Amino acid sequence: MRELTYTAAAREALAEEMARDPSIFVVGEGIGQRGGNFNTTTGLYDLYGPMRLRDTPIVERGFIGMCTGAAMTGTRPVVDFMFVDFILDGMGELINQVAKIQYMSSGRLKMPMVLRGSIGISGASATHHSGSYYPLFVNIPGFRVVVPSNAYDAKGLLKTALRGDDPVMFLEHKALFNQKASVPEEEYFIPFGKAAIVREGTAATVVALASMIRKVNEAADTLAKEGVNIEIIDPRTVAPLDIETILQSVHKTGRLLIVDENFGPCGIGAEIAAQVTARGFDDLDAPIQRLNGVHTPTPYSPPLEAAVVPNSAQVLQAIRDLLAE
Amino acid sequence: MADLSKEQYLALYRQMFEIRRTEEQLAKAHQAGLVHGACHTYVGEEAVATGVCAHLTAKDSVFSTHRGHGHALAKGVPPREVMAELFGRVTGCSRGRGGSMHLFSPEVGMMGTSGIVGPCILQATGAGYSAKLMNTGAVGVAFFGDGASNNGAFHEGLNLATIWDLPVIFVCENNMYATEIAFSYATRNTNMAERARSYGMSAVAVDGNDVLAVYQAADEAVRRARAGNGPTLIEGKTYRTRAHSEGMPSLGTYRTQEELDAWKARDPISTYKAKLLQSGAAAESDFEQIETAVQRLVDESFEFAKNSPYPDPSTVSNHIFSAS
Ligand SMILES: Cc1ncc(C[n+]2csc(CCOP(=O)(O)OP(=O)(O)O)c2C)c(N)n1
Ligand SMILES: [Mg+2]
Repeated sequence: MRELTYTAAAREALAEEMARDPSIFVVGEGIGQRGGNFNTTTGLYDLYGPMRLRDTPIVERGFIGMCTGAAMTGTRPVVDFMFVDFILDGMGELINQVAKIQYMSSGRLKMPMVLRGSIGISGASATHHSGSYYPLFVNIPGFRVVVPSNAYDAKGLLKTALRGDDPVMFLEHKALFNQKASVPEEEYFIPFGKAAIVREGTAATVVALASMIRKVNEAADTLAKEGVNIEIIDPRTVAPLDIETILQSVHKTGRLLIVDENFGPCGIGAEIAAQVTARGFDDLDAPIQRLNGVHTPTPYSPPLEAAVVPNSAQVLQAIRDLLAE
Repeated sequence: MADLSKEQYLALYRQMFEIRRTEEQLAKAHQAGLVHGACHTYVGEEAVATGVCAHLTAKDSVFSTHRGHGHALAKGVPPREVMAELFGRVTGCSRGRGGSMHLFSPEVGMMGTSGIVGPCILQATGAGYSAKLMNTGAVGVAFFGDGASNNGAFHEGLNLATIWDLPVIFVCENNMYATEIAFSYATRNTNMAERARSYGMSAVAVDGNDVLAVYQAADEAVRRARAGNGPTLIEGKTYRTRAHSEGMPSLGTYRTQEELDAWKARDPISTYKAKLLQSGAAAESDFEQIETAVQRLVDESFEFAKNSPYPDPSTVSNHIFSAS
């Protein structure tokens, strides 16, 4: 099967859906002729022109608000925000408007808006270009929050996002952009709320997201050589969260670790731990553990940056500690 | 020509030259992998920061953008601390935590460059508020690009500073592009001064490649602010002659070679030098002296930065709160 990078796979999803649905349009800074700071729209301007690939001034609050009105009136905006850090300027529009309008209109209005762009710590980007912030959006009723970890998922999940009628935060980790995976030519969709079992095992369950999947896989390789088999689960979407798949896995393994680059307090790991404790308590042979990025603004200097992101050795140690409980 | 002493004329030259040489060194260091993150240079725009900051003291506050090396240097951050910061070293002005887009040196009134476009405009307005409340006579200064002038922060900040007569100088560096988006695409009214005046404030457009024009406009603006007569917007029309960010193509498809060449011919440093020589305000030997001294400073700064240690990872969570 052909291989595509994460970015190319997501771009193919967008291209396919734009070809099919003339009401889809993209807004963002440099997403027209330039094709996007991260090549998210390369080639599409030549096909669809400026009404559907709309370069904007630097107006994050402005374009989110404008797209809200557009989504309420029959079009399907895609907000290409480049770095998630930038749309924090539009937080009021997102939380008070985008997330609430379907509910407040008793479902008579739809909010088919996809907000997509980069997250994550990578390459000394420093604290205004390294955020992930997905727990903020998970905390708000009304958002779908998607965090794909590979090219195959990126395409299938973006297709689903573009077909749906809900606001979707589609968050692409920078460290994954150039990573390749097999992506079929045939059309496919990946439903929201369906986790992937990345690796099967019985000794412990590790739930991980985005760029952490690779690090957990490395640790699992090491442990496999010692005859210890770890199960790895990628929720793929954190809202909705597929807690059933996690519960089933914990039922089998009795041990759970959640590995997330994002901050611990009130994070995804805390949510998963609470739900598993509530519903799977009897399955647990050890306390649930979390491994998170350090709860600090992201520093620039490489040794400091490295110190705030969980690394493979820490993942391995966290699994060993969990197994020793 | 403005009526300055020879020392003042040459100080402006020295400052612009220091910014230029420091950034040329940074650009080389970026290619060599010594600069770890993004690096937006100010090459071609040096006259703006230089002409404005010449009127400021350490108690005046500067708030800057992603293209802020020149603002930091002109405000008095030593080149060694800027270089060390971009090299990620503990001796950098932000102790390695920030890099190019987070240069902090409050000791000299450098209140930060920013990776987010817009906030500097509002924060400078707040500095003006502090100065007015505490009657310090200080001014707040925001440097920002044409792109930022279409952001809500611009409109909100200008309006607030005007209705409360705050001592703020808004310095818009109109280099005609926001990354690759032309200013003429991003707004129908490209007359920045007129936009500012529509809020009821004083505003002036100057040749941003003419350090003396900037100097004079800033002189008036700072006097007005210190006298309690409210904010001013200064638009410096200028051009960045390097890429938006190091590693990107310097020309790109959004601008033409002719345009770039025309602006290079209007280089703020060499044209100023020629002007001073021609008017007899300074002699060739004066420039030689300055250029040699600045080059030595930059070389030493580079060695200092390169040989400085990285921060200790165990300190990574210090200073999130005041008592740590
Ligand atoms: C809120 C926000 N949106 C987008 C960006 C990405 N960005 C960085 S620089 C830039 C262009 C800025 O243009 P301008 O204000 O004219 O400054 P110049 O780069 O020309 O000096 C953009 C869009 C950002 N840093 N912050
Ligand atoms: Mg600009």
